[in-house]
Amino acid sequence: MPGRKKDERAERAANLEAARNDPEALRAYAAGFDAARTDDVLADDIADEHERAALEKTWGDEPGFWGWLASTNHKTVGRRFIYTAFGFFILGGILAVLMRVQLSRPENNFIGPDLYNQIFTMHGTTMMFLFAVPVMEAVAVYVLPLMLGTRNIAFPRLNAFGYWMYLFGGVMLWIAFILNVGPDAGWFAYVPLSGPEYSPGKRVDFWAQMITFTEVSALVVSTEIITTFFKLRAPGMSLNRIPVFCWAMLVTAFMVFFAMPTVALASACLLMDRTIGTHFYNPAEGGDPLLWQHLFWFFGHPEVYIIFIPGTGFVSTILSTFSRRPLFGYTAVVLSLVSTGFIGFGLWVHHMFATGLPRMGESFFTGATIMIAIPSGVQIFCWLATLWGGRPKFKSPMMFVLGFFVIFVVGGMTGVMQGAVPVDLQVHDTYFVVAHFHYVLIGGAVFPLFGAFHYWFPKVTGRLLNERLGHVTFWIMFVGFNLTFFPMHILGLHGMPRRVYTYQPNLGWGDLNMLATAGGVLLTLGVLAFIVNALRSLRAGALAGASPWDAATLEWATSSPPPSYNFLYLPTVAGRDTLWEQPADRPVVTGLRSDTRQVLVTRVLDAEPDLKVEFPDSSIWPLLASLATTAMFIGSIFTPWAVPVGMLPIAVTLTGWFWPKKKLAEERPSPEIKKEHGETWMRLKEQEG
Amino acid sequence: MSARQTVDVSGLPTFAFGHRQLTWWCTLSLILMEGGMFVVLFGAYFFLRTPVPQWPPGVGYPQPFWGTVNLVLILLSCVPNYFQKRAAESLDLRGVRIWIAVLIVFALVATAIRFVEFGYLNCRWDQNAYGSAVWVIMGTHLLHLITDALDSIVLLALMLVGPVEGKRFVDVSENALYWYFVVGLWVPTYVVVYWVPRWI
Amino acid sequence: MRAMRLIKNSVSLALTKARSVARGSSSTVYCLLSTVYFSPSAVYLLTDLRSQSALDPAGPQAGRIISLWWLMFYVTGTVFLIVMAFLVGALVRSRRPRRGETLDVPDVKPEPARERRMSHVVLTGIALTVVILFVFLVNSFLTGRALDSVSAKDHLTIKITGHQWWWEVEYENSTAQYVVTTANEIHVPTGQPVLFKLTATDVIHSFWVPNLHGKTDLIPGHETVTWLRADSDGVYRGQCAEFCGFQHAHMAFTVVAEPPDKFKQWYDSQLAPAVEPANQSQAQGRQVFLSSPCVMCHTVRGTDAGSRVGPDLTHVASRQTIAAGTLENTRGHLAGWVVDSQKIKPGNRMPPNNLEPGDLQALLDYLQSLK
Repeated sequence: MPGRKKDERAERAANLEAARNDPEALRAYAAGFDAARTDDVLADDIADEHERAALEKTWGDEPGFWGWLASTNHKTVGRRFIYTAFGFFILGGILAVLMRVQLSRPENNFIGPDLYNQIFTMHGTTMMFLFAVPVMEAVAVYVLPLMLGTRNIAFPRLNAFGYWMYLFGGVMLWIAFILNVGPDAGWFAYVPLSGPEYSPGKRVDFWAQMITFTEVSALVVSTEIITTFFKLRAPGMSLNRIPVFCWAMLVTAFMVFFAMPTVALASACLLMDRTIGTHFYNPAEGGDPLLWQHLFWFFGHPEVYIIFIPGTGFVSTILSTFSRRPLFGYTAVVLSLVSTGFIGFGLWVHHMFATGLPRMGESFFTGATIMIAIPSGVQIFCWLATLWGGRPKFKSPMMFVLGFFVIFVVGGMTGVMQGAVPVDLQVHDTYFVVAHFHYVLIGGAVFPLFGAFHYWFPKVTGRLLNERLGHVTFWIMFVGFNLTFFPMHILGLHGMPRRVYTYQPNLGWGDLNMLATAGGVLLTLGVLAFIVNALRSLRAGALAGASPWDAATLEWATSSPPPSYNFLYLPTVAGRDTLWEQPADRPVVTGLRSDTRQVLVTRVLDAEPDLKVEFPDSSIWPLLASLATTAMFIGSIFTPWAVPVGMLPIAVTLTGWFWPKKKLAEERPSPEIKKEHGETWMRLKEQEG
Repeated sequence: MSARQTVDVSGLPTFAFGHRQLTWWCTLSLILMEGGMFVVLFGAYFFLRTPVPQWPPGVGYPQPFWGTVNLVLILLSCVPNYFQKRAAESLDLRGVRIWIAVLIVFALVATAIRFVEFGYLNCRWDQNAYGSAVWVIMGTHLLHLITDALDSIVLLALMLVGPVEGKRFVDVSENALYWYFVVGLWVPTYVVVYWVPRWI
Repeated sequence: MRAMRLIKNSVSLALTKARSVARGSSSTVYCLLSTVYFSPSAVYLLTDLRSQSALDPAGPQAGRIISLWWLMFYVTGTVFLIVMAFLVGALVRSRRPRRGETLDVPDVKPEPARERRMSHVVLTGIALTVVILFVFLVNSFLTGRALDSVSAKDHLTIKITGHQWWWEVEYENSTAQYVVTTANEIHVPTGQPVLFKLTATDVIHSFWVPNLHGKTDLIPGHETVTWLRADSDGVYRGQCAEFCGFQHAHMAFTVVAEPPDKFKQWYDSQLAPAVEPANQSQAQGRQVFLSSPCVMCHTVRGTDAGSRVGPDLTHVASRQTIAAGTLENTRGHLAGWVVDSQKIKPGNRMPPNNLEPGDLQALLDYLQSLK
């Protein structure tokens, strides 16, 4: 019996899908059906339709521009986050091309030093703060709740707030740049160069405040990720069944927790040095420029792993799907991620080997730096074993992962070289390092990210990207990337320092630089090919269906694109590769209200159902609160009084945000609503008990 | 009779205290990141102190009187805080109202004393790096006092006029947890600001 | 072993711009890579300038570092090839599907025996990684010790102060009158260890001569030290390696390593005050110098000009370059620099000088006499 019911449901699911938006057709279809034999299946279908409509009404964004601004749905916010981050990626990329043009010939006059210094600072800042970290969080904001099997990310209003802060911070920085007030002291803003004496004007202030914006954003998103990871998983998804990508994002979120406050503090001190005359970094008054370097790199090195670890999460996910087998060494991979997270905080001094620290201390950091190659190695070996034991299918997401292998291993090798203090002293701050970290960051994060774009595009849009064009994109990017950055290794060894706006002809660096520029153009074409593919596929791509790749994780258990409430009934999980192990007839969760935004909270370790909590409605307050915060942050660049004065609107908007809607609370048909107080509360307590 | 297997969760409660509740994780996050920030602040203080033979450099020791008063006061505030948390967790609205109010008084007085404290640090923030560090450490803690006082005031207002639900009591309980953190921060802050210059 | 050395030699030949090529002599040895890399038009301004390269060591430290680098290059290169071999192997071998199994159905429960075998291979890989990394760590430590061993009681001490965007060079001596101050051109005796004391007055710079040693930063409020020893005569170019603002790109210097007797000669000549004008034009030039804004920043010992904001010009004509390695020290370049240095090195601290043509020629005559 169950087997036959399964077939029937599969057959009818397609028809119902078609009839979904047409109640008339649905009713007709149901009436024509032999109700006697399968009335329970039919009853399910009709109940489903009611549930679907109710959930859509409850969870959907409100219509109109206002509703658009007020959305707190993780998919809406996640999409915005991804598009915005990709926009900054394009902007940062344009700057990179401009720099490549300037450097293509010795003594080129295309860009002068003033603009060049702004451009390379903006390139680094945009790519690190406005693209790489946010885009990883953005993908997590979209994918994580689906992968974990819940209706929305934890703290959805905070999520919207985080997005607006990020957007306003990025836009502020770019407007400043366009108005010729772009920062020009490097993305690392070393003092005293970035201090009040050597960077007068407001350029560095905008940079320092942008840090605060993105820091606020990254921290709130990390809070959501951690809470969602621990508390909002589908019943049965115990810790050892959580998809590796979610683990990667958890480690990333914790790293953000400890890294970001450091840089926020450092940049706040810088801003205070510049505006109210403190002396944190002023050697003349007992301050120390090295304090900045320690604080900055205590953040800056983990930052690299904050970018790279989500990349490994993409790789594990995509690799397993297209190797058609579970990831080899799940536990080893997860432990590697966690240990990378820890070791990542013990490396910062390797950015400072040339500052003349004691040799013994340097040896310690050499050890730590070299040691971090071990967890990366473990992951590489596990991935290779996954490929070896599987039957790889060369779909476009997989191609990017294979490209990642080649590029990232090279980057890892040069990383080990630089871990050795003596080698670092030679290659530090040369194009060798530029080559190295582009191999690690583009290879380790951007290639997997493009793989992830190709992988989840059908889930987000409902349409498949063009496979052929995907392959073309990959090959152009792969060749272009290596052509751009491989020559830089040689340039660095031949003494070309970083951050120079030009170089002299007799140094012999011209030809390799020209080659790198040509590669840069090719790389740009690759990105363009992706954009063309995405835009074309949005309109005319093949329909994806719920699970075009037949993958194992829960986001493929719902339609593409997913409805506002993600799952009609929350799924349950009985194995690590859920959808492969139980393709159909998984038990589902019932008993959650569909007329309010009720979400199931489960226990930390075994994901047993624990609570039904209610999520807040869509709200405009997060936007207003972020506008108020933006006003204060930007104001504080110009006068310190903006801080106390600007606190007031922030307090007002935050109060508005947290104040419950009275009407809504009273309408709620729940035993909790009490107009009178006193002994009635005891009933609540009983319910609690 | 449904054809599908289900896990029925309709009987689950809608709120709980402690780590079962989402807001607890938000509070924990705040505590982690801000605790980390204070560790870094103290680290910066000692980093600046290390190469200098005399500390504080060229200025007098901070006067600990008002700081000590504040220490006692802030430690005492644990009492109303304890009762606030207990009242919240036994869903005692009257008790919650009273103890939040008492806590607000403590927080506001501590904030007021903090402003007095700045006058007895014997340095200015723009005098030297020592002054900058001390002022910023004190200021950051002040910020915590102010935000938690404001938070408590809003909560009190909510408990007086707003629609009261079970989850509001969870908010009160979380607020109490965060206040413990603010109290816990002040002890090392007090030691670093007032006594480290004399001892080290 | 022989083959290994051959590979190494050919790679380093290809990567290294050797002196003969720098001098323009063509050679058939340089194959593909070299034609890609070497610019045929590269003509050196300074006859003895070695290419600024970490791959072409001229002292013990750069030598030790590059041997460590080559060791790591070969080992990691081999590892890379092995990993790629496994990758390609995994992709090309198509596991024959078992009976009744279609390729697309995921292999949810992989065969335990195979998994075990694979885990043995993975564990071996991890163990090898650990061993290799340990070898690197020990080698790195030993090399680090070797770098520090280039020190001796009998040494020269040179104090370098980084400025935006030039290098102040001061040869320390216990007797004040034996102290030599110059700029952007550091002469050292070959074979003798030199102690460099480094600091900066404005922002952070980094002192780097790739052919001799790695970098050491110059940090305001700190004094860092580094040792150098040049084992072969030559002119080595160095460059600031820490971003220091507008003209970071044009903050170079040269290290001239010469035999001790030649060095002594140079040192003695630098000790002397500026030469007196030998003719009418030079005398007029000195007058122009002393009556124009030049004196606000520059020193010419033996005259009233004693400011130390800019480079010491007492023996400016003896230097091979001007503007911190930006231009060859010719009359034309000097003229361009004096009149409008902002065109050449935008943002540098020297203001333009609007001089009468006659005055300018006289000034140039004077400056060029300051050997």
